[in-house]
Amino acid sequence: MEQVVGLYNYWVVIFLMMTGFYMVIARRNLMKSIIGLNIFQTSVFLLYITMGKIHGGTAPIVPPRIVQNHAHDGHADGEAAGHAATHAAEVAHAAGKSVEEVVEAGARMSGEVDGIIYSNPLPSVLMLTAIVVGIATTALALSLIVRIREDYGTIDEEKILEMDRLP
Amino acid sequence: MNLIVFTILAMLAATAVTVARIRDLWAAIMFTGIYSFLSASWMLILDAPDVAFTEAAVGAGISTVLMLSTLVLIGPSDAGRRKPALVPLTVVAITGCALVYGTLDMPHFGDPNDPIHLHPRPSFVEKSQVDMHGLPNVITAVLASYRGYDTLGETTVVLTAGIAVLLILRKEKDEPEREAAAQ
Repeated sequence: MEQVVGLYNYWVVIFLMMTGFYMVIARRNLMKSIIGLNIFQTSVFLLYITMGKIHGGTAPIVPPRIVQNHAHDGHADGEAAGHAATHAAEVAHAAGKSVEEVVEAGARMSGEVDGIIYSNPLPSVLMLTAIVVGIATTALALSLIVRIREDYGTIDEEKILEMDRLP
Repeated sequence: MNLIVFTILAMLAATAVTVARIRDLWAAIMFTGIYSFLSASWMLILDAPDVAFTEAAVGAGISTVLMLSTLVLIGPSDAGRRKPALVPLTVVAITGCALVYGTLDMPHFGDPNDPIHLHPRPSFVEKSQVDMHGLPNVITAVLASYRGYDTLGETTVVLTAGIAVLLILRKEKDEPEREAAAQ
């Protein structure tokens, strides 16, 4: 049961992914293939986003009061050096311990800044780029479909292949 | 499992299957829009508001508009009845089973001990506060600054795609003349 609750999000994503995959390889209509490709793409986005979620976490947007505190500190460089030193000390400290303890120390600091747990911002950033590149490739594929329709008079893959086979 | 999450996931799966089964292209495009909105809702629950907004605007908005305009250009075209494709179904089932088997070793959902949460993660939130002089949204900081060159490359991709679409769809007015010249 614990396994199911821990992994259900991956299973849902895999189901969606396979639906898109089926549409790409089974449907002979070119338009349906593109739609299937879009569904596949969105499910990959979901796969990455679910990995970044952390229990009890919130979106990685820093609340205004903390932002203002940092802005008014006025000695950003010194503070950064301080952070680095603290981090180095933590790592050095952890090096003398067993693997479990290192993981435990990492878990305590994972996601937690200023007492707030943030979800991972990196998958979000990667997927923002992927969405925009995805719409560019979709537009390109759709324009190719328009040209194919102009030249062959159909967007059915079997009919197009048949026409190509004719002398 | 949260009731809202469960409902959204069930609707996502049902929408995906509907898109795969439906024969009418116009309906399939509409269902794709619904699918994008549902996935955007799930992304919002998964703490990724920026991606959710982009998915709703690009995936459900621009993508649907592009597909509908394509449908206008290619005219009504139905896939027609066919017997279920057994070979693709088998391939999909086998691939799906292999992937599910692969997830059995994956770290559980939301666990703070996941490898993805351990290494450079908190430092992004810490550093962006110092580096960005209090820009509140860490995602924006990473996207526009730490990965700025990548975002520049992304705009290049979009520009290239736009030029390519224009070149592909360009009306060649002098085509009969050229054909005559070739003969």
